[in-house]
Amino acid sequence: MKPAPALAEGFPDLSGMLIAREPHWFRWISAALIVLVLAAIARAFANGQIEWSHVSRFITAKVILEGIVNTMVMAVLAMALGIVLGIVVAIMRLSPNPVLKTAAAGYTWLFRGTPLILQLLLWFNLALVFPAIGIPGLWSARAVDVMTPFLAALLGLGINQGAYTSEVMRAGMLSVDIGQYEAAQAIGMGRLRALRRIILPQAMRVVIPPLGNEFIGMVKATSLASVIQYPEVLHNAENIYYANSRVIELLIVAGLWYLLVVSILTPLQMLLERRFARGTTQFAR
Amino acid sequence: MTKPLVAIRSVSKNFGEFKALKNVSLDVWPGEVMCLIGASGSGKTTLLRCINQLAIIDSGGIWLDGELLGVREQGERLYRLSEREIGRQRLKTGMVFQRFNLFPHKTALENITEGPLQVQGRKPDEVRAEALELLRRVGLSAKADSYPMQLSGGQQQRVAIARALAMKPMLMLFDEPTSALDPELVGEVLAVMKELAKSGMTMMVVTHELGFAREVADRVVYMDQGAIVEQGRAADVLGTPREERTKAFLSAVI
Repeated sequence: MKPAPALAEGFPDLSGMLIAREPHWFRWISAALIVLVLAAIARAFANGQIEWSHVSRFITAKVILEGIVNTMVMAVLAMALGIVLGIVVAIMRLSPNPVLKTAAAGYTWLFRGTPLILQLLLWFNLALVFPAIGIPGLWSARAVDVMTPFLAALLGLGINQGAYTSEVMRAGMLSVDIGQYEAAQAIGMGRLRALRRIILPQAMRVVIPPLGNEFIGMVKATSLASVIQYPEVLHNAENIYYANSRVIELLIVAGLWYLLVVSILTPLQMLLERRFARGTTQFAR
Repeated sequence: MTKPLVAIRSVSKNFGEFKALKNVSLDVWPGEVMCLIGASGSGKTTLLRCINQLAIIDSGGIWLDGELLGVREQGERLYRLSEREIGRQRLKTGMVFQRFNLFPHKTALENITEGPLQVQGRKPDEVRAEALELLRRVGLSAKADSYPMQLSGGQQQRVAIARALAMKPMLMLFDEPTSALDPELVGEVLAVMKELAKSGMTMMVVTHELGFAREVADRVVYMDQGAIVEQGRAADVLGTPREERTKAFLSAVI
């Protein structure tokens, strides 16, 4: 073997030297400015017409705690209904059957096309349209008794959510490679089994971030149910300030609770994402 | 007298204006290893997909093990079979894809057991034992719990072969099984296929690996523009082709 040719002169060895830290002046200045602005806002609120003692008194009041529990119950149930409807409608939308396709498209069109608050009011006032509801010969009841604020909120929020979720689900299913359908068919699977066993588990990974978004939206959308007397946290906060006129204090109480709930949901979403990320990284063990 | 395992009669298939198969007829005999060669777009992959009913033929008929595929004759008409019936017919064939198409959210072992457990409803213990034996056969015993992403292309394709074999098919269809592989990984997949051919499995292989065809195939079929141009023993078709188009294709690829 020939020896390597001698290296040229004039290029010193830098291997022992450290790289100097950059001063990052702009970062320091912008951080200082933001702290200043925040301090000014905090000072304004501290000196404003807010009785902070009322905030701390009501934040753990029984009615408020019941309200936040009702908010969470409604958000979880309505979201569950929305996801079930969303999956069914997305499957219908992607089916080769033109009747199912059209029905699914019509559902999405109707419930995305009208305001949620209007849908809630319609469900709640269903008794005006149908005084009595039931199955002829089997069971019947007065609509006012059946359509409680709880049921009206659940149907209104859940069915509306289903229209949005169906599009999220459809996007997820479309993201799965066509070869996966073919491989599932090649081992004798029918359409529905292939969807359940092969396509949906892979689609879930894609749809969790947008579904997390939708769920956070749902937690806050439950506040609309206050207009149909569902006792969620905003409705209960309003009831208190109707009595004691501490409007801003109670709105802050409700706001803090929403922030807390949403803050807890974010790490939960990350756990779910990890669960459905099985097999997607080369080195995970 | 033995009957052909696959009988293809006057099959045509169009994709819009494009005629993918023009009046193709062919027999595949039990135990035969057939290699289909030809340029891309010649219809060889479409022919395999029609046998597995991933593509639906426009006219003609395909019989597998004596059973007409996809349709039922009644009176003067043909009626399409239900999805369930087609699924049952598909179980007689195993398909290996160019891009493997392993299920990425399942381990190698789960990929293999999915069909026998979910579709055939067989006993988990028995299925698992067979799957481990199949993994041993394709040389991947150590990779049972690996996900597809953690395997090389050649390993993935060997798992895909094991997955197809787990359904105990009468016929194995290979759609360019080595085309998506790095050159150094081709050999391990071909070795598994050779071993399978030796075991007596009936195989239809769409391939560009003429060396494999020469060594393993009982018959080589050359297709061009949706039709069979020439067929015969591998040595004859590849060594002394009669048709001008076959000669042109072979001199282009070698």
